[in-house]
Amino acid sequence: MSQQHGFLGFVHRQRRGAELFLLILALLVGIGAYVAVGLGVEGTVPANIIGYGGWLAVLVVGCHVTVRIVAPYADPVLLPVVAALNGLGLAVIHRLDLAGDSTFAQQQLVWMTIGVLLFVATLVFLRDHRVLQRFTYTSGLTAIVLLVMPMMPFIGVEKNGARIWVNLGPIGLQPGEIAKVLLVIAFAGYLVLHRDALALAGRRLLFVDLPRGRDLGPILAMWLVSLGILVFQRDLGSSLLFFGLFLVMLYVATERPGWLVVGGTLFLAGAFLGYQAFSHVQTRVNIWIDPFDDFFGQGNQIAESLFGMAWGGLLGRGFGQGSPDRIPFAETDFIMGAIGEELGLTGVMAVVLLYGIIVERGLRVALVCRDGFGKLVATGLAVVLAIQVFVVIGGVTKLIPLTGLTTPFLSYGGSSLVANWVIIALLLRISDQARRPVPDLSSASDADADSESTQVVNLR
Amino acid sequence: MSELTLFLIRFAYLAILWIFVLSALSVIRTDMFGARMPAGSAPRAERRAPKAPRASKAPPKRRGSPTHVAVVEGANTGERADLDDAPILIGRGPDAAIRLDDDYVSTRHARIAASGDQWFVEDLGSTNGTYVGSARITQPTTLSLGTQVRIGKTILELRK
Repeated sequence: MSQQHGFLGFVHRQRRGAELFLLILALLVGIGAYVAVGLGVEGTVPANIIGYGGWLAVLVVGCHVTVRIVAPYADPVLLPVVAALNGLGLAVIHRLDLAGDSTFAQQQLVWMTIGVLLFVATLVFLRDHRVLQRFTYTSGLTAIVLLVMPMMPFIGVEKNGARIWVNLGPIGLQPGEIAKVLLVIAFAGYLVLHRDALALAGRRLLFVDLPRGRDLGPILAMWLVSLGILVFQRDLGSSLLFFGLFLVMLYVATERPGWLVVGGTLFLAGAFLGYQAFSHVQTRVNIWIDPFDDFFGQGNQIAESLFGMAWGGLLGRGFGQGSPDRIPFAETDFIMGAIGEELGLTGVMAVVLLYGIIVERGLRVALVCRDGFGKLVATGLAVVLAIQVFVVIGGVTKLIPLTGLTTPFLSYGGSSLVANWVIIALLLRISDQARRPVPDLSSASDADADSESTQVVNLR
Repeated sequence: MSELTLFLIRFAYLAILWIFVLSALSVIRTDMFGARMPAGSAPRAERRAPKAPRASKAPPKRRGSPTHVAVVEGANTGERADLDDAPILIGRGPDAAIRLDDDYVSTRHARIAASGDQWFVEDLGSTNGTYVGSARITQPTTLSLGTQVRIGKTILELRK
């Protein structure tokens, strides 16, 4: 797959100019949304537009300069797309703030700043992604500790029925968001070492290559961890995310569809058990099948979001002209409902397309990358974003049962935003390595090689 | 604020959003087809000289250039693959051009391909690595006639 691209005689251009051009457009998307919100809700251009726009521009230009210096061959599209989504998200959260008298947008801007700082730090300090392979088991262990943290007494907090928060002093964190990045690194490191054993051994049954019993260990362990998250933290979304991520990475590493069959069966079994055992899973399924049945209770959120999207129609109501604040938690899980109401199907399609671009670029990085570890990390990170977007938007649009996950870069939530910026930094680092031209070897002719070896002997 | 102004704002914003999406897509498009050969490398020289009958992947035939890869040591000694079929995949998998029955070889272990009139061997992320001489290679490495490439317990070389 990488053979056509990352190989000799084929050099990617740096494309930093294209990135700058797209970044300016992305700023236009972010600041334009902020202005449109001000005009739509209050009738005037917001008073702090210079400060707000300037701050966004500083963050974006900071990212661009960092990429230009430390990762000149990195992918040119990822950063602008992320900047545009983040700017749009900030504006939509600000719009909901204006309707509901909260200050989420300011906090989100602070989190975005932290995310950008971490993005820069990751790119500056991590000069070669292969270093991460040394931390395979360390990051796996850290991820498990992070996942267990919300269950600990004192620091673990239960919010809205899910126990996925920890309080460290004044700030609340969702450690699961950070764990997902570490888990990708751990899975990639593990699979790179063990993929031959996982891929080659096994027997064939009904046209499907089934893996050996003893190789089922890791996938069973992951299944149990996911079920544990489902049972003890009551977090459907994360449990689905982690299991799906592991399954896809296993499939990509081994090229064997047998794993998908095994994993899919395990998933169905887990989902069925969950449905039988837990009332909150049953509630989710019931409000998915008919949200209007319990309109003033559990189904209210989905029902309001569906009303909003229907009211938005093709072109939307325009910022400030709809009432997305009717949807409970519109700034976190249901931000796509708010966008659907005020920007309409046209806006939602643009946003979904932007997510598609991010995932496509992530997978492209994986294809171009020259080493197996980088390939798997890039695939994993792209798949994390893809699953998250599918699960959230699918839930909001009532395609699948609703599970609580954040919409990457759009919805309000510090941990998620920061973790996603780090994901983008890792993708850019891998793509820089992958697209950088290989050192020129073609000048060394046979005669040169001979003289070189002679020189070595002379030195002795 | 009049209804018309609001309508125009809404429309203008959707337009900005889509202009951004489309420009991102067009950058992706140019990125896909815009890659160029490194300046001064052999393929460009070949392109400049229209005398070359066709821009084939294999380097131009001349006396003394290798024609095939042969297994010289290991379980599959004597097996060979023509360099005309380059790039040549070596490994244990069914799609490999040289299929090795060697437990220390990965499914897709290494690849031999041409750039200009040079032949290179590239490791494809194998478990046990590919060795040229005594050194494990980390990047595509030049091969000349008779350079021994060790893959698992097997040794291959380019031959005339």
